[in-house]
Parts: sequence; structure tokens; C-alpha cells
Amino acid sequence: MSVRSTITSQFQQVAVEQERTLAPLADELKLVQSGLDSLSFAIIVARLEDALGIDPFNAAEAVDFPVTFGDFVRLYENFGK
Amino acid sequence: MASDGPSLWESISLKGVPAGRLEGAAAAVALADFARGSALGGRLAELRGRSVLLAVRDQLTAALALIELDGVARRMVLCTPDLATQHLPGVIRDAEVDASVCDADSDPEARVGVAVSAQPRLANLVSSRRAASATEWILLTSGTTGAPKLVLHTLASLTAVLATEPPPPAPLTWSTFYDIRRYGGLQIFLRALHAGSLVLSERGEEVGDFLTRAGGAGITHISGTPSHWRKALMSGVTSRIAPQYVRLSGEIPDQAVLDGLHAAYPQATLAHAFASTEAGVAFEVRDGRAGFPEDLVAAPRAQVELRVQDETLQIRSPGTATRYLGADAPVLKRADGFVDTGDRVEARAGRYYFMGRRGGVINVGGLKVHPEEVEAVINAHPAVRMSLVRPRRNPITGAVVTAEIVLKDPAATPDAAAVVREVTESCKRLLPAHKVPAMIRIVPALEMSPSGKLVRPNA
Repeated sequence: MSVRSTITSQFQQVAVEQERTLAPLADELKLVQSGLDSLSFAIIVARLEDALGIDPFNAAEAVDFPVTFGDFVRLYENFGK
Repeated sequence: MASDGPSLWESISLKGVPAGRLEGAAAAVALADFARGSALGGRLAELRGRSVLLAVRDQLTAALALIELDGVARRMVLCTPDLATQHLPGVIRDAEVDASVCDADSDPEARVGVAVSAQPRLANLVSSRRAASATEWILLTSGTTGAPKLVLHTLASLTAVLATEPPPPAPLTWSTFYDIRRYGGLQIFLRALHAGSLVLSERGEEVGDFLTRAGGAGITHISGTPSHWRKALMSGVTSRIAPQYVRLSGEIPDQAVLDGLHAAYPQATLAHAFASTEAGVAFEVRDGRAGFPEDLVAAPRAQVELRVQDETLQIRSPGTATRYLGADAPVLKRADGFVDTGDRVEARAGRYYFMGRRGGVINVGGLKVHPEEVEAVINAHPAVRMSLVRPRRNPITGAVVTAEIVLKDPAATPDAAAVVREVTESCKRLLPAHKVPAMIRIVPALEMSPSGKLVRPNA
């Protein structure tokens, strides 16, 4: 499964678990308008660390916090490159 | 109890009627009008000498009631907006509540004793606000069983650190993501009253809407937890305010959030403060780096003493709380006056870094979770023998809750996934969302200490 599809399925699964209505996941979707709260994002990042073996937020160099869904996917896709 | 200083209203009006404002999302009050007005419908006199449950939902109303009641009530209990109905009877009993201040949205169970209605619109102040005694301020903080612990402060202890700082040269406009009925927010409320104005957040308000409102009010100083700030950074809304001073407290900040805020507000002083409801404000670090300089421990400063014992930070200062209320309350201070924060620290190259909490208390976005409380819910499942709840480090909320479960009879439990599902469901039903384990694993066994206790790895 690609990084993008792994991320997409985690967003969908956590939205169901947290009983939140998830906006359609387009690259330009602002995370703040995704329907998810901080706790949902925290769970997504923890599950992605297990699924992908990386936590790009904990990188040695400073991270630009992602603002859109596209930023979020790129943060994972470009990690370690 | 003898009064040992001016009341809150007296202290902010010492040099004349204060010029500041308190602003909520729906209403605002000028302190000058408040000099002759009452949010309590003119019924302040009925609350004199009483132990008052402050159970209003609206934060602006709570702010006004706190100012009116200090020096008048014997005691006020600051109910947090998420206080569950089931915990109200214990709070009312332990704080010997005999009066209440409520608004239209208050929990009906909170309307006890002499019940006064409050609102953020001012009525004429018909009785004297004359201070009679030092009021006890009771703050609620999460306890191991899920029932809140009642922490006793006074205005003197709440403002001890503030009182050592020089007054600002010009009026400030403060804001905070926190609710002012939590320690971190209360500190900002008291600072703002002495320094200018305050813009209050609104429960359920989007972070962008809040910062737009704060920016419109021209805020100069703002505080929140690292989790609040990460949310603001991830919302792309940081440019809606232009603060001179940005404060983080309530959780341990990592370098990523400090760097993110420095990039967003290069002109601002970036400060992270260490404080807890019990220990008070210990210090503020302004160098933009995670952790704190070792010399804060070596060289005691104005009234605040820090020491590290058994790798854990301990604090002694006039800002610490007095004690816990209640018949079976634990001891808050050691005999020598130090409060054990439970926060583990480690020195590396002249700096102390936080290493998580002793005893496994988990801090999820500034909200404490006691593992025992979650384990009690999990262990109620008929197929579960025992469980261990522990924190997992997280870049968004500082930590999330995880659980490991040992089944009573794995051979007789073919569908372990169903147990995980059912446990998750009961946690969701009985606990607030931040306490529900984000991950649950079935494990063959959990490590026990020689004394038969579950071994809790430090976070």
C-alpha cells in the first residue's frame, strides 16, 4: 500500500472511531476543516508510526507543521529523502 | 480566618478604577462599569461567608463572579466546564458547599444551597464588596479514581510569582486558549486583571475563529499548552495575531513546537513556563530551547526553590497550594514544604530535560490521565485478567493513552479482536475521549514486581 493510501485509510478509520464527519480528502483540504480534532490527529500519527515505521514530526531538523492534507502526505512521503 | 491582604477587586482598583476589559465571544464587560455593577443580580450579600460552588458554564460570567466573590465568600469552588455530574456530590461534600452560582447552562445538580443566578450583563451593585476575610480558592484537578482532587489555594498563593514581577510599562491585552478555571488559565486571568485586558476563549470555538477575535482585539500576550499551539500551527491561522509574548505551559514543550512558534512569531518573546495546580508556577524559560538551565536548580531565585530528588523535580515556594480538601485527602506537601511534582528530569550538558511522569500519569494535550482509572474500566470486561495503561509519546498531544491486556483464558477466547472492540466501546462510554486508549494490544503476560505490583515503566 502506498504512503498516501495508508494515510487516507487511517484518516477514515480514526474519523469513524472518533465519531467525526470527515471531509473529502483532497490535497488542498485544510486540516482544520477536515472534521478531525487534535486527539484524532494524535491517534493518526501514532498509528502511522506503527504502519510506516516513521514519525516525521520527531525529525532532527525543524518541521513545517502541515496545514493541508497535501502537506501532511508530503511530510510522510518526503521523510528521509 | 484573618484577612492577610486586599481582595482581588481591591488589589486591581488600588490605583483607581481599572481601565481594562474582559471579552468573551458573545459579550464584554469594562472593569470601570464593573466597579458599580454585579454579575450576580445584586445578590452578593447572600453569599457572604459561604462556601460557594461556582458552576456557571460561561467563562466571562465565571470571571466576573470570581472577582465579586473574592474577599466576600469563605470559599469558592471553581468547577471546570467538563466536570461530570457523577462527581458533583463528592465535590459538594468535601468543600462543604452551602451556596452556588449558576447560569442557564449549568448542570441542574449544581444548584445547591443558596442558589444565585449569574450572567455577563451587569445589574446594580447593591451591596458592599468590602472584603471580610481571605477567600479560599478551590481548584479541581484530576485524581486516580476519576474523581477530581480539590486543591486549596488563596489569592496570595495564586499571585505569589506575579507579585515579584515589575508591573508592565503600558497596558497589555492578554489572551489564553485555557479555560480560566484551570490553573494555567487562572494565572493568565490574574495577570491580565493587574495589567490590562483579557480576551477569553469560548468552549467549542474553532481555533481560527478564536485567533481572529483575539487579533481583532489587538492582543499583545497569549498563552496555551503546546497542544493548543500545535493545533494553531496546523490550522495555518497563526498570522491572525501579532503578539509580543507567546507562552506555553501545562505540558512539556518539545523543540519542534518551540521552533514552529519562533518561525511564526520571530519578533515575539517565546516563553515556556513550568507550573502545576499543586506546586504553583516554578519558572519560565525564554531561550527558545526545550528543557531548562541547570542553574535554576543550583541557585534559588526570588522565593522559588527547586530541587531534584530521586530524579524528580520538587518545588517549594509561596505559590504552592496549601492542601487538598476532603476527609481522606492525600498529603500535598512534604514536611519540609516541598511539593513533589512527579515530573522526572535528567541533566545533560548543563540543562535539565523532562523525562515523563513518575507513576505513569499521562498528560494528553494538557489533561491528566491516571492509568488506574482507565485500567479499572478495562478490567471490568469479563474476559480480561489484567491490564496496563501507559503513555506513548506523541508529537500532536504530547502523549496518547495505550493499553496492554492479559486475557483470563486465551484458549477460551478465540475472538481476541472482539474483546478489544468491546473494551474500546466501554471506555468510550465511561471515559472522556482523551482517556480512551488509542491502541490496545493483547499480551501473554505483564511484568510484576516482587511485591506483586504491576511494573509501570516510566513514560
